[in-house]
Amino acid sequence: MQVAESSRMVQKTSTLEARAVPDSTLGQIHTDNPRMKARNVDVFYGDKHAIDNISLDIASGQVISFIGPSGCGKSTFLRCLNRMNDTIDICRVSGEIMIDDQNIYDSSIDVVLLRARVGMVFQKPNPFPKSIFDNVAYGPRIHGLATTKVELDQIVETSLQRAGLWAEVKDRLDQPGTGLSGGQQQRLCIARAIAVSPEVILMDEPCSALDPIATAKIEELISELREQYTIVIVTHSMQQAARVSDRTAYFHLGKLIEVGDTKHVFTNPLHELTQDYITGRFG
Amino acid sequence: MSDQGSFRLSPERAAERVAYSISLRKRREKRFLFLGKFAVAVALGFLVLLFAGILSKGIPGLFQHYVTLDVQLDAERLDPSGQRTIESLADGDFDGVVRDALYEVLGGPTGRKAKRQARKLISSGSGQRLMQHVLDNPDQMGSTVALQFAVDDDVDTFLRGLISRDTPEADRRVSDQMISYIDLLQAEGRISYEISDYLFFGSASRDAEMAGIRGALVGSILTLLVCIVIAFPLGVATAVYLEEMAPKNRFTEIIEININNLAAVPSVVFGIMGLAIFIVIFGMPRSIPLVGGIVLALMTLPTIIISSRASIRAVPPSIRDAALGVGASKMQTITHHVLPLAMPGMLTGTIIGMAQALGETAPLLMIGMVAFIVDVPSGVTDPGTVLPVQIFMWADFAERMFIQKTSAAIIVLLAFLISMNAAAILLRKKLERRW
Repeated sequence: MQVAESSRMVQKTSTLEARAVPDSTLGQIHTDNPRMKARNVDVFYGDKHAIDNISLDIASGQVISFIGPSGCGKSTFLRCLNRMNDTIDICRVSGEIMIDDQNIYDSSIDVVLLRARVGMVFQKPNPFPKSIFDNVAYGPRIHGLATTKVELDQIVETSLQRAGLWAEVKDRLDQPGTGLSGGQQQRLCIARAIAVSPEVILMDEPCSALDPIATAKIEELISELREQYTIVIVTHSMQQAARVSDRTAYFHLGKLIEVGDTKHVFTNPLHELTQDYITGRFG
Repeated sequence: MSDQGSFRLSPERAAERVAYSISLRKRREKRFLFLGKFAVAVALGFLVLLFAGILSKGIPGLFQHYVTLDVQLDAERLDPSGQRTIESLADGDFDGVVRDALYEVLGGPTGRKAKRQARKLISSGSGQRLMQHVLDNPDQMGSTVALQFAVDDDVDTFLRGLISRDTPEADRRVSDQMISYIDLLQAEGRISYEISDYLFFGSASRDAEMAGIRGALVGSILTLLVCIVIAFPLGVATAVYLEEMAPKNRFTEIIEININNLAAVPSVVFGIMGLAIFIVIFGMPRSIPLVGGIVLALMTLPTIIISSRASIRAVPPSIRDAALGVGASKMQTITHHVLPLAMPGMLTGTIIGMAQALGETAPLLMIGMVAFIVDVPSGVTDPGTVLPVQIFMWADFAERMFIQKTSAAIIVLLAFLISMNAAAILLRKKLERRW
């Protein structure tokens, strides 16, 4: 019994290795109305080649999901889009990532401004150990978005409303954000991100630490937010990708294997690696 | 399976062996537990012994004997020029007035020898004390007031019962004549045993009954002020730079190792360095709290840096990500989020460093803070000494009363240290945050 299991494993690995990783991405990397454009992006962690020559358009007003097995580089690529990789000393990025025809890795670009335009929501909810109000108001405060207290109150209220949290917290804005439940904390983080009116929101596995009900709420929220923001979401759940995204990109070992309309990718994948991954044969 | 053949235990045999090994293990655990408890008991025993020793010697040191005398405040004698100022009072015969009051109580001793014996009963600072009283209450001039004067340290020691009457007169510092006077004063109820005002309000003195810690206490506070003003900002800035901004390369690694080594350097070495650099090269005066504070700051810097770095490292990276993610700059991330969250740990480290500095003697001896200074320092550039050095000096004096004074000063020092550590614990409890 055990022997049979392990030999199947060996077979599986060998077939995996036998599959050729394509030299270029299959599907449509270009879109009509790109908000961000990545061209020939390579990322190195020291000697490790984490992202290998990825080009991809992120369409305006759409949700694009990045899927792929662990360590495939989807989170790394996501973090390139607002230069969060800058905080890692050994990380080196080459290639171009354009927003409004400006390379974000250009020396003239202000990272602070970039991150105000490209906001981020993290895997683990990470509210500041401050009040709910201060959590949301922090971004607008440091960027000087509100000139009066009334404006700031309005920004906080609108952001919390858009994040679907207002009704639950409006009576306790002065209580610590860390006292909320996990799902509420994540929605607070989303409110914090949209409070600075970004154009793009990056979400790095936003539901991986949440239970199904909280996850459903976040997904619902993403569907509502897609009207105003361009959203990039990294997820381990293929069902989630299928549910929330307009386009899907499949990453494998640092390469972008395939990208296309979510419907196409899930019903009619072009590459057998994608096929195997979405049918659950590995990953 | 293997070449040595198969080894198989029957379930019964296996159970037997397991039971045996469990009993061994239990015995080992018991032994370990016993050793641990024993070690704690020994440590506690020594602690109790230490406190009992210090308290039993030191608490009597907080008190001393006083004699009440009715002093005639005669304006003619005390203030010949009549201006009631400190300059005009300087010409007054305060010692003579106190002496006369004493002679009167003792029934007017006759002859130079008897008078000298009588004078030896009270502290030589009694005239000074009377002058202070007149300065504070100028309206009492002309009346007769009952005032308390400290008895001489030998008399005090005799009154504590530490000098026996049975000792031959030549072998004790209190003569028979003096003993008879003391008995007379006691019979009249003029001798009292009270909390020593000299201990807290007096300064360094060779006369044990007048010696106090005020100068040393003020010196300690000034030195610590200089120390914290220099060490805290420098230490926190260094920790923030090394932890948040410095590139991780060979150079910063060497700095790191050296900071850790610096924490283990004997404190007297810092004293020699202070002497060589601040006093010899920069020509700063000796014995001043400024130099002492700088030397102690250098000594406590490693402690502060190490604890600050540890508390910065304890701030979860997700908080930094969150701040950077909404567009905070590196500096804003540090000042708005990392520093406030790391502050309790930093303050705790600083207070513990300060407590360490407060108890330090050796480096301050090197820069001359061991000098005999009567004046209370009024600034960081006035010569002074500090509590532990004062204790060190008193422990060296021969008079018996200094034993109690030394122990009393140790109690004061310990009270300071304990309250500083308690402050550190309270601060940590109060500011601690969970995330």
